[in-house]
Amino acid sequence: MTKIEELFKQKQQKVLNVYCTAGFPKLESTMEVMKALQDNGADLIELGMPYSDPLADGEVIQQSGAVALQNGMTISILFNQLEEMRPTIHVPVILMGYMNPVIQYGFENFCRKAAEVGIDGLILPDLPMYEYETEYREILERHQLNLIFLVTPETKDERLKRIDELSTGFLYAVSSSSTTGNNKDISEQEGYFKKLSDMNLTNPILVGFGIKDRETFEVACKYTNGAIIGSAYIKALGNGKDVNTATRDFLQTII
Amino acid sequence: MTTVEETILSPIGKEGVGPNEFGYYGKFGGAYIPEMLHPNVEQLKTRYLEIMAEPSFQKEYQELLRDYVGRPTPLFFAQRLSKQFNSKIYLKREDLCHTGAHKINNTIGQILLAQKLGKKRIIAETGAGQHGVATATVCALKGMECVVYMGEVDIERQAPNVARMKMLGATVVPAKSGSRTLKDATNEAIRAWINEPVHTHYIIGSVVGPHPYPDMVARFQSVISEEMRWQLKEKTGAELPNQVVACVGGGSNAAGAFYHFINEPAVRLIAVEAAGHGINSGMSAATTQLGRAGVLHGSKSLVMQTEDGQVIEPHSISAGLDYPGIGPMHAHLFDCGRGTFLSVTDEDSLTAAFELAKLEGIIPALESAHAFSALKQMDLKEDDVTIVCLSGRGDKDLATYMRSMEQAPALKGV
Repeated sequence: MTKIEELFKQKQQKVLNVYCTAGFPKLESTMEVMKALQDNGADLIELGMPYSDPLADGEVIQQSGAVALQNGMTISILFNQLEEMRPTIHVPVILMGYMNPVIQYGFENFCRKAAEVGIDGLILPDLPMYEYETEYREILERHQLNLIFLVTPETKDERLKRIDELSTGFLYAVSSSSTTGNNKDISEQEGYFKKLSDMNLTNPILVGFGIKDRETFEVACKYTNGAIIGSAYIKALGNGKDVNTATRDFLQTII
Repeated sequence: MTTVEETILSPIGKEGVGPNEFGYYGKFGGAYIPEMLHPNVEQLKTRYLEIMAEPSFQKEYQELLRDYVGRPTPLFFAQRLSKQFNSKIYLKREDLCHTGAHKINNTIGQILLAQKLGKKRIIAETGAGQHGVATATVCALKGMECVVYMGEVDIERQAPNVARMKMLGATVVPAKSGSRTLKDATNEAIRAWINEPVHTHYIIGSVVGPHPYPDMVARFQSVISEEMRWQLKEKTGAELPNQVVACVGGGSNAAGAFYHFINEPAVRLIAVEAAGHGINSGMSAATTQLGRAGVLHGSKSLVMQTEDGQVIEPHSISAGLDYPGIGPMHAHLFDCGRGTFLSVTDEDSLTAAFELAKLEGIIPALESAHAFSALKQMDLKEDDVTIVCLSGRGDKDLATYMRSMEQAPALKGV
């Protein structure tokens, strides 16, 4: 059982997953940011691997990735930084990134190394179901890594059920058709969250995209197991305060 | 002469040339897209062949190609150029298409498709602005809203095309992310589609992107080789040329020029990439020489990238070839050896442009000039018949040509 699965056994409500970009704001910030998130109430950490062409990300996360790349962040450096992650960080950690850098590192190598340093799961938004099933599923299972798929309000029920079957750890419910950090009104999506909850899916559900404060967090949590915050936190990290203060102040406005 | 109906429906896939049902040409292709784009891409995938085969679609597409685009474009025997190479060289005159390049073959097809899908709004990416202009043009023709994403850097260096798009009623949105050129304009267009998926159709300009785009765009451009075949027969009695030469950035004119020859092993397919300052100069766009398998803009193909998998900004004097990837069909043609891939530097392409202008009275686009320069690298025999795809005209490159004449007048013979 991965740490993600253990977490959802113990906690089914208001699970807070916070996204941060590896190597942001400074190359050496990765561990400090993760520690601050854990100390200030994050139940899960989604660690983004910076990429030159992040299709699903809005401006804020794009820029944090660009800064991280300028800082010199690479997957190899990241894995070096993560060598000391456990046991300091005891909450589950998910690596989020795009397929190209992972393919270059070697998918199998990547999974082996991720498992070695104590990563619990992956989010690869541009990994298609067909390729996952035919090529990658077996590798992920061998290294006991969860793979978290995305679903959106436009995902048809039949496909949603299929994705739920394939996804492990939890389901990432994108709140509306958008890139990350959007300003769409999440309260309009309550019906969608309720529908998801009524479908009795196998996986727990975390809502992401557009969650930025207590109000949006509460809306997301009403019918699902929790939510994911990304851009709003990255913005807070970029406002000049030290990592600890910025993280504490930000998370206090959420939980 | 094959009708276009037969062409569109011809099962080119079964010989292993077109993609399989998952969009793969050999190991390249697929649809590496976030879930947010799945409904749109799935809708296209399930409907594009069916729509393209509808008689009402075909009728309008054919009429527009004839009366609006100006097809068929001539196949021109280039007498003086042939003499210079002591061989037989024909030019496929895509430069005579409305808007000045082959790009409109695809935008006409896709706007009709978008209408059939009930879409209200069109978005597109553009590098030099040729595809942007071709998209703005068909949107004006059909009265549809048009938003074109263009890198901030390209907006500055391609001012005339920006003005054209605006005059045609399109909104030009600067892409400010990354290196602010074609790659990033494509990212921005994809992000815009994610944010507004329901009523919007994304007209991709090349044989790149997630399945079914590479196949769909190749089919719309396949009219180029379809015409080449009957025109060559009409002119010479010969069924096939010995070789077809086309430049490749993403690869749409090459895909169109090769399409109906791919299953004719006697025809050499010669793709010409932009070497920029030279393959190993660090300033190049020769993807097959410098790239490795990877994922860019929704498909697996050859991609120029760092060891860490970050996509590299390429360089070519020709904005249309300045792309760090290549369509998955071309990656496959390269991989299996069916295509011969050559490359031409910025300087050599300029020289070829000036030579063609003086020899044949045709000022080619810089992209097409790469294809002409490659003739010098080929061992042309006296009896060889070669067709070069003259993909676009050089009006848009006049500023570059003027600079070149100032810098090296003797070299350019002025």
